[in-house]
Amino acid sequence: MASEDSRLRVSVEDGVTRVDFIDRNILDEANIKAIGEELNQIIESASQPKLVISFANVDHLSSAALGQLISVNSKVREHDGQLRLADISPQIYEVFAITKLNKLFEIHETASDAAGSFG
Amino acid sequence: MPDPQAHHAQPEGRLEIANDRDAIMTLGDRVIRAAEEAGYSEASRFAVRLALEEAIVNAFKHGHKSLPEDETVHVEFEIEPDEIRIRVTDKGPGFSPEDVPDPTTEENLSKTSGRGLLLMRAYMTDVTHNDSGNQIRMTYARPESQS
Repeated sequence: MASEDSRLRVSVEDGVTRVDFIDRNILDEANIKAIGEELNQIIESASQPKLVISFANVDHLSSAALGQLISVNSKVREHDGQLRLADISPQIYEVFAITKLNKLFEIHETASDAAGSFG
Repeated sequence: MPDPQAHHAQPEGRLEIANDRDAIMTLGDRVIRAAEEAGYSEASRFAVRLALEEAIVNAFKHGHKSLPEDETVHVEFEIEPDEIRIRVTDKGPGFSPEDVPDPTTEENLSKTSGRGLLLMRAYMTDVTHNDSGNQIRMTYARPESQS
């Protein structure tokens, strides 16, 4: 995951994989596709993955990024895993609220809250 | 001689933009800087940037689906004291906005696309399309609280 082209920073602690975005703006298709491929690798490398995606670095995202998150959520479920989102700024949270995706995803205030929420 | 205007962002522009992340972000920066100089708040700038980028990304993703990758879209923006206007025109066949299903209904909530238009409508004051559906016109009116 530490390749030069990686769009993610990944760390594992107590069986929970935390992913941070390197880009502040998750925008275009090429970027989102690369992120999706990296996340898929993470999900496929674990059985019952526990994944926390932190938005601490993210200032902007596009609807295409939301679509990719939905794909990631489905993939995690296929692997009997669990996905949490965290560290979402009020502005970005509004994007989730407008699209009603705050109902689809389990969103926590901080990544450590999210990590502590896994059963 | 250094240009004394160099540090000011132009409040209007017309350009062809390629499907390139850096180019789209540079344009976003430029529009946002001009909006900031015109006194628009951070919330307004967030809204305008999101709508601008969404319109461009959508134009490439949907409008240019069957066109060569290097085809550009045309962007126009005008930042005025009372409103910001953005037009994005693609070279595709156009679409009917009324055919886009509501992405917030339960049966559509897990679909991976269809939210761009919803977001642009939510953040901008007015969103319309030309008759052939290959041009989106968006206006952001400055909220009274900022005037």
